[in-house]
Amino acid sequence: MKTAEKERISQGFKEKMDYDELLNCMRCGFCLPSCPTYIESGMDEAHSPRGRIAMMKAVVDGDIAPDQDVKRSLDLCLGCRACEPVCPSGVKYGHLLEQARDIIYQNKKSSIVEKTVRGIVFNNLFPHQNRMVTATNLLGFYQRSGLQKVARKSGIMNFFPESIRTMEKVLPTVPKKKELKSRPNHLHAIHVQKKKVAFFSGCLMDTMFMSTNDSTMKLLQYAGCEIVIPETQNCCGALHGHSGEREKSKEMAKKNIEAFEHIGADYIITNAGGCGAFLVDYGYLLKDDPEWSYRAEKFSSKIKDITSILVELDFDKEKLRLEEQIVTYQDSCHLKNGQKTFIEPRKLLQSIQGVTYVEMKDASRCCGSAGIYNIVESEMSMQILDYKMEQAKMTKAKTIITANPGCLLQMKLGIEREGLSDTMRAVHIVDFLLEAFEQSL
Amino acid sequence: MLDKHVKEALISIVGLDNYQDSKTSLLTYSYDATPGFQSFPDAVVSPRDSQEVAKVVKLCNQYKIPIVPRGSGTNLSAGTTPLHGGIVLLMKHLNNIIEIDEENLTVRTQPGVVTQTLIEAIEDKGFFYPPDPSSMKISQIGGNINENSGGLRGLKYGVTRDYVLGLEVVLPNGEIIKTGGKLAKDVAGYDLTRLFVGSEGTLGIVTEATLKLIPKPETKKTMLVLYQNLDAAARSVSAIIANRIIPATLEFLDQPTLKAVEDFAQIGLPTNVKAVLIIEQDGPKSVVDSDMEKIATICRENEAVEVTLAKSNEEAEALTTARRAALSALARLRPTTILEDATVPRSEIAKMVSAIKEIANRNQVTICTFGHAGDGNLHPTCLTDIRDKVEMSRVENAFEEIFKKAIELGGTITGEHGVGAMKLPYLHLKVGEAGIDIMRNIKLAFDPNNIMNPGKMFTMSDRKRVVIQK
Repeated sequence: MKTAEKERISQGFKEKMDYDELLNCMRCGFCLPSCPTYIESGMDEAHSPRGRIAMMKAVVDGDIAPDQDVKRSLDLCLGCRACEPVCPSGVKYGHLLEQARDIIYQNKKSSIVEKTVRGIVFNNLFPHQNRMVTATNLLGFYQRSGLQKVARKSGIMNFFPESIRTMEKVLPTVPKKKELKSRPNHLHAIHVQKKKVAFFSGCLMDTMFMSTNDSTMKLLQYAGCEIVIPETQNCCGALHGHSGEREKSKEMAKKNIEAFEHIGADYIITNAGGCGAFLVDYGYLLKDDPEWSYRAEKFSSKIKDITSILVELDFDKEKLRLEEQIVTYQDSCHLKNGQKTFIEPRKLLQSIQGVTYVEMKDASRCCGSAGIYNIVESEMSMQILDYKMEQAKMTKAKTIITANPGCLLQMKLGIEREGLSDTMRAVHIVDFLLEAFEQSL
Repeated sequence: MLDKHVKEALISIVGLDNYQDSKTSLLTYSYDATPGFQSFPDAVVSPRDSQEVAKVVKLCNQYKIPIVPRGSGTNLSAGTTPLHGGIVLLMKHLNNIIEIDEENLTVRTQPGVVTQTLIEAIEDKGFFYPPDPSSMKISQIGGNINENSGGLRGLKYGVTRDYVLGLEVVLPNGEIIKTGGKLAKDVAGYDLTRLFVGSEGTLGIVTEATLKLIPKPETKKTMLVLYQNLDAAARSVSAIIANRIIPATLEFLDQPTLKAVEDFAQIGLPTNVKAVLIIEQDGPKSVVDSDMEKIATICRENEAVEVTLAKSNEEAEALTTARRAALSALARLRPTTILEDATVPRSEIAKMVSAIKEIANRNQVTICTFGHAGDGNLHPTCLTDIRDKVEMSRVENAFEEIFKKAIELGGTITGEHGVGAMKLPYLHLKVGEAGIDIMRNIKLAFDPNNIMNPGKMFTMSDRKRVVIQK
């Protein structure tokens, strides 16, 4: 990094970091055992939450320059926020991390390649659902046209890093173009209507994982919900917020608030822990914007994960049945640490007849997916995944349940890497619940 | 900055991967859990075995480079901050439990094992290692030994010192010595084991320890007692002990601490009472039952408004875990949290609690109090803002008065956190100038070049106040 660049970043830290929050960390170290990168780096303080906060404060204080090592440490953070619930002082580490990354990326000189890739992903793809659909169609073409077979046979995939190669194998077969465009935007409850909800469909969930979204609708209908799916909603902006593109994420937040605010829904339902935690934080994201802060708070207060509303509507008391099997659950970090939802999914799974629920050791430790982390920080991600799969295997589970698309793909990746595809599968909790419900009908 | 040759020599001993000197690395080993103290080391070195430790120490002694041994950096007296630079010596590779000896009731362990990991391994075999500092999930056993850590069970079971039977230590000249052993009795020469326990890294580097185990108590019960009067809670503590009952744990929390803890733990602690006691007894079931009954009666006689027994192990665990988070939870309330651990004879606890209240009022500072009331070890914690110089000087005055009061009551300036750099200016209150003098001479006999954790416990020149740094 050039000196001028470091100075700009330093200045940014001085102006924008929340210094009171930095001081709120009293350095007791209670976060250390919860941090996956601290553990996997062999207890390197520079890769711990306490160390990262100390770094941020030192940059503000002028004790160190924001050099490559600082950036490295912040890049290597998964952003899983496992340090937050264990922090007795209540430090909002996730907010500090977002602020710091934003300052670094907005003031850093990037290579042309990096700039182009970030530009395409953050500005041209995710904010536009129609382009997400197109991208998914391309993937669909790749999977269906025989190109995939050719690519695998030709060995061209060997030019890609191992995690991408495996990822290519485990990507779900995406829906066809026609299916992607024919989603109704208003559904009624089956039997008695108990609640009116709005559904946050998500960008990836509504393309690559569309069938899971369909299952979510059905579950909501069975549970007694009228559902509105506003057409003008867009991606939640989490990917942007976590990657130093805060301004872009604010734009997307505003669009979502507008799309949902006049529906009069009791709740806004999500089925992706990563999106949910970011939506819950819109109030914080827009806190300095007088026109939007109140509206954002109101929006955030309505966010609820699908598992949470199902338990609220007593879905766990319905007749749910599946063939005998051992099931384990991998927490979505942001569902647990951001939305504090971790009892509900377990409760639902345990209410299914035929299911023997076995808790996996360190189920709440990140699986290493973490947005695009498993692609950009492949080595650490795979190290974390190896540990996760060890724990999963110990449960002897046939099915690993997750509650977030990133985690789902990562678990599939883990199963493939371990060569366990014949004996183990990874399923999103809503697909599993729907199967259990419909089998009992 | 270390001399180039020294750096090369260190790398040749521990390997390139175990030598760090980037600015970021140095920063992240410049602090511990003590507010107000921070200082950069010149390098961070992680030896892989005791032989490497010995080589590193020998080299540092030759070039007079300070060494600060460090576990997980949870120290509360600035004992692990490298105030004079030099190297921070990490014990992370020395992290094996070597042997649990079921015939001799001992465990041999390396210093880098996390305290809780050690306790779990021991309890799996039906044994018990009682010292349980609040940081036990994070702290390393080597750090516990160097600080002579206490914990919640100190009242009945004593502290780390009472469980260390033998040590392997690298002396400042690079020699390795072994003290004590798997022995219940051993009077061969000076008791060096005891000297090293609590020496705060100023005499040598502990590279292995033999610890005493006891059988795991058959059963355990936990009780929560509520008070609308601080003084009544403190009187109950003395009354319980005066009635010849020694509970395993007897913890005290005042209302502000309770509120902060509940805010974090959310386990339904009452926040509308002025103080609570958390009381635990363990042992044979019949004894535990009868003790708990007697304790409940004593508490009621001393104005307890409510006495409840934890219904399950989980509920009991939640209570003690919440208590362990007290200090850090208080950090929610103000930017800076300064904790002390003035300790008095247990009979004086009520006097000390009211003295702390009075001192806080007079100096216009906010002090919350919690701690191991049963063994007289209180943790008055001051909530302040390090950026406010005027308030900080009032804080300093208040603590000086607290220390003096503790001494006046026959107590000490620190019960379990150590002197470190933080309480160095007050050590003379407890041990006197002659006491400091003899300690200095002991230090010189071990470490003539003053390389081992310099600037801690006492200065080698005349006594002077440490300046609080950023």
